[in-house]
Amino acid sequence: MYRSQKLSLRYYAAAITLFGVMILFGLLSALYYLFPSMLFNVFNFNMSKIMHIDTLVIWLLMGFLGAVYWYLPKELGREVVGMWLAELMFWVFCAAVAVVAVVFLFVQYGGANEFSMWFINQGRKYVEAPRWASIGIVIVMLVFAYNVIATCIKAQRMTGILWVLVLDLIPLLVVYLDAFPVVTNMSVDLYWWWWLVHMWVESTWEVLIGCVMALVLMDVMGTSRRIVEAWLYIEVMLVLGAGILGLGHHYFWIGTPQYWLSIGGFFSALEPLPLLGMVVHSIYDAGMHRMKTANQPAFFWITAEAFGNFIGAGVWGFMMTLPQINLFSHGTQWTVSHGHFAFYGAYVCGVIAVLYVAKQHVSGAATLTGRAWKWSFGLLNFGMIGMVMALLLAGMAQAFYGRAIGGSTLMAFTAASENLWFTSGMWARMLFGVVFAAGYVVLVYDLLTSPKRVPVLQAQPEPA
Amino acid sequence: MDIQDPSFWRSGAISTTLVMLVVLAFLTIDSLQVISVGGANVPKYDVINQQIGYAYNWSRRADVPVIGGPQPLFGKTVTEAEAAGLMRTGKLVIQSRACMDCHTIFGNGAYYGPDLTKSWLDPAWQQIWMPMTGKTTREDAMVEFLMHPDKYPTWTRAMPNLHLTEDEARATVAYLKWISAVDTNGFPANFGQAGTSP
Ligand code: HEM
Ligand code: HEM
Repeated sequence: MYRSQKLSLRYYAAAITLFGVMILFGLLSALYYLFPSMLFNVFNFNMSKIMHIDTLVIWLLMGFLGAVYWYLPKELGREVVGMWLAELMFWVFCAAVAVVAVVFLFVQYGGANEFSMWFINQGRKYVEAPRWASIGIVIVMLVFAYNVIATCIKAQRMTGILWVLVLDLIPLLVVYLDAFPVVTNMSVDLYWWWWLVHMWVESTWEVLIGCVMALVLMDVMGTSRRIVEAWLYIEVMLVLGAGILGLGHHYFWIGTPQYWLSIGGFFSALEPLPLLGMVVHSIYDAGMHRMKTANQPAFFWITAEAFGNFIGAGVWGFMMTLPQINLFSHGTQWTVSHGHFAFYGAYVCGVIAVLYVAKQHVSGAATLTGRAWKWSFGLLNFGMIGMVMALLLAGMAQAFYGRAIGGSTLMAFTAASENLWFTSGMWARMLFGVVFAAGYVVLVYDLLTSPKRVPVLQAQPEPA
Repeated sequence: MDIQDPSFWRSGAISTTLVMLVVLAFLTIDSLQVISVGGANVPKYDVINQQIGYAYNWSRRADVPVIGGPQPLFGKTVTEAEAAGLMRTGKLVIQSRACMDCHTIFGNGAYYGPDLTKSWLDPAWQQIWMPMTGKTTREDAMVEFLMHPDKYPTWTRAMPNLHLTEDEARATVAYLKWISAVDTNGFPANFGQAGTSP
């Protein structure tokens, strides 16, 4: 095993741990809707939500880093350059996350001054982490980029997948620079903030996970590089072709000009296309191989990724991406429904797939067997779909009663939140959230228990 | 043309991406003009000296802000520079207290509390909080509420006390007044037009 693959295992361990933290705070956040006086003035909803969504971003990022550190030496047939720095950065990353978590839990917020921005809480959704920590993340990502690029240069080899990956790292980093400024004008603030959020989740991350899935497909299914690369390019073309201007669906109501209504509506309506393409691709691939694979869990999670990405991001996004609907659905639990489904389908399923790839290599098992992974697969998917449906109903009630009929005032908001559809939706979400959490527990159990060893000829040929 | 050949699709990917980026760059230049302070959609900060309304506009087919005659905030007309200072503090309050991890502004944020885009215009200030706080103006009621929100709940989901100083609270009120004057293409629709319950 390469040294960088050992690092990758560490990233996976950190990722899966933070996934757990994230679920805990998800459950807590959901609980406020049921028991609003809980922890009042001690630890309020906003801090819980911050913990939930910031750990989300961090653990997925760690999962991606792990996946790249895993596959990079395999692609290039050599050890990653600058490993000691990469290993150091892992600890820097973890330490920064821990310090920020402690500050969020116990300090929570500061006064209206620059000190708070630097050291406590920047209060911008998804990137609340104080500036010093954001700088830390930039450094970690720069070292990561250095590892990838320097290794390619040293190896004097480049594959198509790696080209896409390297080029994708540039915008990934550049848009993150928006995590720093305080812009007084909210419209301008949100304009750039959406570059960060949208260009991450609907463009650069989508391309990154495309690269990872391409590598996993070759690994687990033995798909030929030619096919995988052609698909990757098509995907990039469609994802960026639709996604870059699809950004416009976030520019309907923030003060930006009216033309965004048509541009955003049109291009974002095309965004599901590449995601549908990936579903076709995976079905085609599965058929080609008669679903025979040595790593069934990974195969199942790849398939879940394809479908989840298409339905959660594509269909659920499409549902509210036209301005006529978005005017009412915007910023309700409907949005939350899509946010959960999309992140889960597009990224969580993909990261779980690479975890199973690693598990197989580490345990040296010829095939992964057992029932536990099936249970976790079932519980996680069932839990997520249940939550998403509950949120959709609650969100529709808000859009209808709170917005369209009620007229969006405080009283309309309150009335919609007391509506039976909404309150039962919140209870149902809680229930399915617990199911989801149970799936997580089984997942961790399964990843940690080694499969029954079926002795095989040294499962993975050691690298040359 | 060989559609089985990855390099065909590689060219497609590169050219599509470049074209889209160029278009986005132009749209961004234009949009930033429209949304800069004093641009077509975003008023100058000293708009807080004036009355602000929100009404349906037939030619736009959307609700748009209506800027009326003088109505100085806290009864004091401010200069543009003073207004800008208030806004800077107000924005820092909103970030430092993570308001948008409970509320939304322009529909962006979190959904535990109500949207604040038109908070300045919310009838709740007159109907609920002015009587509750015993204040005679909307802005004074807002300051009192923002400093001690836990004392004035309207229902089970109350707002916690985030320890705003009086200056911070006043700046935040100014910020919310200015926000309500931004032209948001009609979001939220029918604000305050309907009855209060479904
Ligand atoms: C992997 C891909 C995607 C992910 C992870 C994702 C995730 C999210 C998240 C988290 C939000 C909420 C943002 C916020 O306000 O904090 C959001 C909003 C939105 N997404 Fe996606 N999304 C994806 C793809 C798509 C696609 C393909 C479409 C359209 C077809 C779409 C349409 C929308 C729309 C219209 C909103 C705004 C919702 C609102 O008005 O409140 N998304 N997305
Ligand atoms: C037990 C499981 C979970 C529960 C109970 C839960 C609950 C919640 C709650 C209560 C919120 C706040 C929404 C609001 O502002 O009203 C939230 C936001 C969010 N959660 Fe979860 N969550 C869970 C799992 C997940 C997972 C697995 C993901 C990612 C795949 C995720 C992604 C998000 C995102 C992106 C947001 C922000 C959405 C937005 O503000 O539009 N959550 N979650």
